[in-house]
Amino acid sequence: MSGQLRGYPRPDGRKGIRNVVAVAYLVECAHHVGREIVAEFRGEAVHLIGFPGCFPNIYAQDMMEKLATHPNVGAVLLLSLGCESFNKYQLSEVVAASGRPVHTLTIQNDGGTRRTIEQGRAWVEEQLVALRRAETVPMALDELVIGTVCGGSDGTSGITGNPAVGRAFDMLVEAGATCIFEETGELIGCEDIMADRAATPELAAELRASVAKAATYYATLGYGSFAPGNADGGLSTIEEKSMGAYAKSGSSQISGIIKPGTLPPKGGLYLMDVVPDGEVRFGFPNISDNAEIVEMMASGCHMTLFVTGRGSVVGSALSPVVKVCANPDTYRKLEDDMDVDAGRILEGRASLDDVGAEILGLIEAVASGEETKSEQLGHREFILTYKSFEPAGPACLPSRG
Amino acid sequence: MTDLRLLLLSPADNVFVLREAVGEGETLVIDDRAVTLPHRLDRGHKIARRAIAPGEKILKYGAPIGSATAPIAVGEHVHIHNIKSDYTATHVIERKQEEPAQ
Repeated sequence: MSGQLRGYPRPDGRKGIRNVVAVAYLVECAHHVGREIVAEFRGEAVHLIGFPGCFPNIYAQDMMEKLATHPNVGAVLLLSLGCESFNKYQLSEVVAASGRPVHTLTIQNDGGTRRTIEQGRAWVEEQLVALRRAETVPMALDELVIGTVCGGSDGTSGITGNPAVGRAFDMLVEAGATCIFEETGELIGCEDIMADRAATPELAAELRASVAKAATYYATLGYGSFAPGNADGGLSTIEEKSMGAYAKSGSSQISGIIKPGTLPPKGGLYLMDVVPDGEVRFGFPNISDNAEIVEMMASGCHMTLFVTGRGSVVGSALSPVVKVCANPDTYRKLEDDMDVDAGRILEGRASLDDVGAEILGLIEAVASGEETKSEQLGHREFILTYKSFEPAGPACLPSRG
Repeated sequence: MTDLRLLLLSPADNVFVLREAVGEGETLVIDDRAVTLPHRLDRGHKIARRAIAPGEKILKYGAPIGSATAPIAVGEHVHIHNIKSDYTATHVIERKQEEPAQ
């Protein structure tokens, strides 16, 4: 199977499955200019990302640096108002050091809205001409980094879509690929069974600690990671939702815990600890599903498998999102938005292994350039907000120790 | 025998999961016993496999997913009205009249 994939080679040794011009606004005040620049290139690989805040934040800086140097990104246009706190100089240096073309426009110095838009469009057009000529090289399955999230979960998610993704993850890990699952707030109640799969006893303790941190964090906020739609779909408690979400991780050994933006070692299964460290600041850990997808991308995910029961329709900027629909009724209602009909399992029309193999085949097709449903529909959601993390301890990545 | 519309995820479980929606007044068979549903239930909702006492753990996937807050009879709908999380409370919003449950 591997060897048929093709990727865009990057100087850091990674390969991209897309070749995107990223247009990044560095404060909300530059958002409109960014939107207008990107609007000129509808249907082309020009995607808008950004950070809305005017206050400095180490996490947001790191996320933007990781996203701007994501293997799917071929060139970067930075949009500054001029007086915001974001360190555009450092971001520009990081992108330049990665070997990518980078250009910064500062609205206050570049003639205001209209002239900045004109200059931005001209620069992007030049980059597109160059990126269209870019050549691809063979890429192996073990070079892929695949993330998984779930959103709009219901009582079917944990029975069909999530365990089917778990089967695909098992096959990917077996083939040497790197897989990341997440949302410790949706693993509350699974800490013991998850710890049993840790590569070392020290990592097991860290896995338990990460879930305990999430439970404390959400208890302080007063709400669990549980939306009213989850209850309409038959889920009653956070631990019930957790058991279903946990199934996405499959059954491989867990090789480590990473924080958002950490690039995991090559190969293996990793838990992303998305809940901030320290006292509760800045509100909910991830305010909506796309915040999770953005963190997956910052840790190098080429694409994200998104399991939904109620029916999320989102995609993402920079990286394809493969939507695995757990509920057959939802699939019939939202077929245009769904890549995989995992609800067939519930109706006896397919086994978990069938759907797991279908997901793996789709990953290979999408990595080879096939567009997902959300890409075809032009979904390019992106959201990045404030967070704060401490560096992970040495027990979190035993293979690096 | 037990109704094919009821999915048992683990032998240890005290709840079934509905494979498909079951309408008001329809009958489900649990261990050769017929139970009539007082209201429609959607796919993915849970039904008690046996009588459950208040405070007893609800088991799904063979794992505890919360505790009963009221006595639950065989065949009864098991949801937020009769079970609670052992971690964080579940938040729901009251549905508006014009937006029917799906």
